[in-house]
Amino acid sequence: MSAIVTLKNVVKRYRRGKEQVEVLHALNLEIEQGDFVAIMGPSGSGKTTLLNLIGGLDQPTEGEVNVAGERIDRLSGSQLAKWRARHVGFIFQFYNLMPMMTAERNVELPLLLTPLSRAERKRNVATALEIVGLTDRARHKPGEMSGGQQQRVAIARALVADPTLLVCDEPTGDLDRQTADEILHLLQLLNREQGKTILMVTHDPKAAEFASRHLQVDKGQLADAPRVAA
Amino acid sequence: MKYLPLVWAGLWRKRTRTFFTLLSIVIAFLLFGMLQGTNAAFNRGVEDANVNRLVTVSRISFTESLPFADLAQIEAVPGVDHAAYASWFGAYYQDPKQFVFSFPVDPERYFDLFPEFKLPAEQMDTWKRTRTGAVIGAGLAQKYGWKIGDHVPLHSTIWTKPDGTSDWTFDVVGIYEAPQDRAQENAFFFNHAYFDEARSFGKGKVGWYVVRIKDPTTAAATGAAIDRLFLNSQDETKTQTEKEFQQSFLKQIGDINFIVTAILGAVFFTLLFLTGNTMMQSLRERIPELAVLKTLGFTDRGVLALVLAECLVLCVIAALVGLAAAAVLFPMLKDVLGVVSLPPQVVGVGLGVSVLLALAAGLPPAWRAMRLNIVDALAGR
Repeated sequence: MSAIVTLKNVVKRYRRGKEQVEVLHALNLEIEQGDFVAIMGPSGSGKTTLLNLIGGLDQPTEGEVNVAGERIDRLSGSQLAKWRARHVGFIFQFYNLMPMMTAERNVELPLLLTPLSRAERKRNVATALEIVGLTDRARHKPGEMSGGQQQRVAIARALVADPTLLVCDEPTGDLDRQTADEILHLLQLLNREQGKTILMVTHDPKAAEFASRHLQVDKGQLADAPRVAA
Repeated sequence: MKYLPLVWAGLWRKRTRTFFTLLSIVIAFLLFGMLQGTNAAFNRGVEDANVNRLVTVSRISFTESLPFADLAQIEAVPGVDHAAYASWFGAYYQDPKQFVFSFPVDPERYFDLFPEFKLPAEQMDTWKRTRTGAVIGAGLAQKYGWKIGDHVPLHSTIWTKPDGTSDWTFDVVGIYEAPQDRAQENAFFFNHAYFDEARSFGKGKVGWYVVRIKDPTTAAATGAAIDRLFLNSQDETKTQTEKEFQQSFLKQIGDINFIVTAILGAVFFTLLFLTGNTMMQSLRERIPELAVLKTLGFTDRGVLALVLAECLVLCVIAALVGLAAAAVLFPMLKDVLGVVSLPPQVVGVGLGVSVLLALAAGLPPAWRAMRLNIVDALAGR
């Protein structure tokens, strides 16, 4: 398997008032295509920062970030936006759906940035909603759906443009155990059946059990946990 | 077009707030339509003024009469092609609210100077032969249902007859049309000879002269030459181009343009803050949503365009509704302004103003949206 994510000597510093805070210290990492990686660690350890760098939401202060064959630390803001649209699907803890739009309109959002026709977009949206089992809720707005259903819509939105990488920040943090397990099963299915590379930040050890690889981040440094048998 | 549902959804996130903002913009543009329409109607005469025509009035006041004997002297001035005269009759039909723009004139002279008024030759012949004859505009005829052969009584608020009455009866002998500007079809012309003979005072005088010049480039010199003729006489004159005359006539009513501009300036200044505030509030509530759009791959400029588009849709829709309402209501002012419909240029300018308003109100929130840092916005910082 080839590495889809490579980080070399990545340092990330933030300015907090007059102080410079180093969140990640000379971090090196390789993630292979098709991996389902759980990134764990205490609050403030730098795991979300790591996820943001890999997802192209933030830029490192130093070092190289190579994702899907591209040095994304060298891209400009607009280049990075276009790169994200092509390569990354994001899933958040609080779903972050557009409240005034129906499920299908929410799922369609990433496709608006593609040259697909309306009919093609509609077809892809229907497929994504079918994968997450929400075909019958296509015309419902987020406020009319449960938390689990909303997260499924968010997963469909992340999937619809067929990204190289799925980046999930505490995807089950706002869900009850049963619903969380359903969502995690769905992510596992996407990883196993469709070969999607998934990076998931979580505090929940039970959620991490669904991943094939665990990364432990502590004080801005990485301790690679043993690979879990699939 | 594919972004329209996204723009629309953002706009209606807070329905009540958007509705009231929309309503206030609609009312502002209704006001804009009515006031600008009125302004345009007042200025119509100025814009349509003929460059070949001069108007000679008393230097003292527009309301002062001039001797009829001036006519021959004016026509003798080099550069003058032809001259006619008219007076203000100040009359109404049946009710003081039914004001009629009526003027005693010399039929042949006057209609020769105003070729834009189209009157069939046989009707002109009848008018010249009929002492009490009157020629009326097609619009006026339609308004009161008057037709050729009707006896029409008018009550003058100025001119009395020797018997002390102010009621004058005329025979409608012709109906003229003004195809280039239907708003001009609301006048009532009758024979000066009949008027001069029947009035109890002011005989031998006319209200003003209209002069056609041979070369419009000599207007100033010819006007000055006319005024020199009567310098130091009892009836000094002031000669202006038709356009200048129309402008000074309007200024007697008031500087309509200034009043309209001042009112609309105040309205739109307030509206700018109202709309800007609404958009800024809306933006603050949607910072995480805009951050998500950026996460999905919308560029900074794309997000800026989306926020601007929201403001544009809001303002343009409201302007269209407001201007449409103005177009429906404007014909009610027909009797006052003589204009039957809202001038199209008012609608055009209104839409232009709505775009400017949208850009001015939408740019600050759009700029802020563009500069949103995804990581900070998602973290609620």
